[in-house]
Amino acid sequence: MPSPRYWREKANRFHLEAARCQGCGGVTFPARTICPACRGTEFETLYLSRKGKVVTSTVVHVGPNEFQMEAPYAMAVVETPEGGRLMVQVVDCEPSDVLPGLEVSLEFRLIRREGHGGILCYGHKGVPVG
Amino acid sequence: MREVAIVGAGMTRFGEIWESSLRDLFVEAAAGALSSAGADHVDHILVGNMSGGQFVGQEHLGPLMADHLGMAGVAAARVESACASGGMALNMGFMAVASGFVDTVLVAGVEKMTDGADVTNVLASAADQETEVYHGITFPGLYAMIARAHMAAHGTTEEDLAWVAVKNHKHGAMNPKAQFRSEVTVEQVLQSSMVAEPLRLLHCSPVSDGAAAVLLCPLDQARNYTDRPVKLIGSGVATDAMALADRKDPAFLAAVEKSSERAYKMAGVTPKDIQVAEVHDCFAIAEICCLEASGLVEKGQGAKAAASGETSLGGRIPVNTSGGLKSKGHPVGATGVAQAIEVFEQLRGESGERQVEGARIGLTQNMGGSGASSVVHIYQGV
Repeated sequence: MPSPRYWREKANRFHLEAARCQGCGGVTFPARTICPACRGTEFETLYLSRKGKVVTSTVVHVGPNEFQMEAPYAMAVVETPEGGRLMVQVVDCEPSDVLPGLEVSLEFRLIRREGHGGILCYGHKGVPVG
Repeated sequence: MREVAIVGAGMTRFGEIWESSLRDLFVEAAAGALSSAGADHVDHILVGNMSGGQFVGQEHLGPLMADHLGMAGVAAARVESACASGGMALNMGFMAVASGFVDTVLVAGVEKMTDGADVTNVLASAADQETEVYHGITFPGLYAMIARAHMAAHGTTEEDLAWVAVKNHKHGAMNPKAQFRSEVTVEQVLQSSMVAEPLRLLHCSPVSDGAAAVLLCPLDQARNYTDRPVKLIGSGVATDAMALADRKDPAFLAAVEKSSERAYKMAGVTPKDIQVAEVHDCFAIAEICCLEASGLVEKGQGAKAAASGETSLGGRIPVNTSGGLKSKGHPVGATGVAQAIEVFEQLRGESGERQVEGARIGLTQNMGGSGASSVVHIYQGV
């Protein structure tokens, strides 16, 4: 992933920047130009809370090359209190414990290294609460 | 709008076909379709293909394939909708003939997956790169998440998933074109290696090479090519949010429901009229979700359909008599067209030991990505 492509996504990857539609109130993450629910174009910027609940999950045993060293690792769709949903890895726990309903905090972590230069690419991962 | 018929079909066997290239596979299937109909020219060629560019570095498949078929000069283009590319090509061919824009269309699908590409990464490009793949999810991983959501909502079990593979292998063992002509047991499925929990290796379709092609023409010209045409009576396409996180219910495939409803409406039939169906079982959970969303079984009842025999040969509604993607193989761009060929042969009474007796109306459902696109076709024997 060339660095401009990575740099463009910083608002959502680093800051969890999302958008609340002024028409229907729906939250989209990452922010978009057109609301997927009502096609509204007026938005208020908001930042998702760094916590949420697992909607569904898996444990990846056969991963892409870049992630295979980490396998098996848990992944989940997490919903934040604002209603935004995001796909994250869930770490610092037994992968098999990551099941629907689990409460997680969202922490800023290294996600992957890109290309021959090994650019460090960051984002959020889930960590079980308590 | 004109009535449209399928009048010829050709396909390669599916599998790891090391001796054949992308173009070889296409030519074998396309030439087979043309010769089966005795056709020596076509007006238009559509090539369903997910990713020749990533699998073998080859784009621009329309002219390449026309050229290798000895038909340079003919209008030709590639059609892409990830794993639904073949079904989408059929939909576009149907529209082209029905509208009167052209008379004969060769609709093909082809994929060459075993030439050394990083298949996991190529397939993942059918998911959302920025919000899903970036974080390390795989395609089996996305369907595993769908499976877990279905288990939580409907009580579906790992054994229910295993039965889908057992059934489809049983059908595929009778298909000479299938990649895996062997039966498997529930125990073997449940002991196979884990890919993405709860999906194991034998819940997953394989990596395959293959091609399939059909010839379409107006129904009133069909007798020029065959005395047993099969009429296309319905076609529906729909899309859904690309990322799983953006779907309210991850266990429900809304694009499958919408595309099915559109096809039923056009055909003037209901799910109860369907006597044989090929649905997109890229993973065992996908067959369960697709059966529910297409109305072939009731919502929440898909899990037990394979185990109960309801969807086996001889059951109420035989599903994936070809062996499905699971046993027949899944060269992604070819799959949608191969599904059409299975139903075409069933409605002509040519399916041998896999024949559904007296089948007159059949359905195919082909899906792209984790369900962001779906194409449904309905067919009637003439």
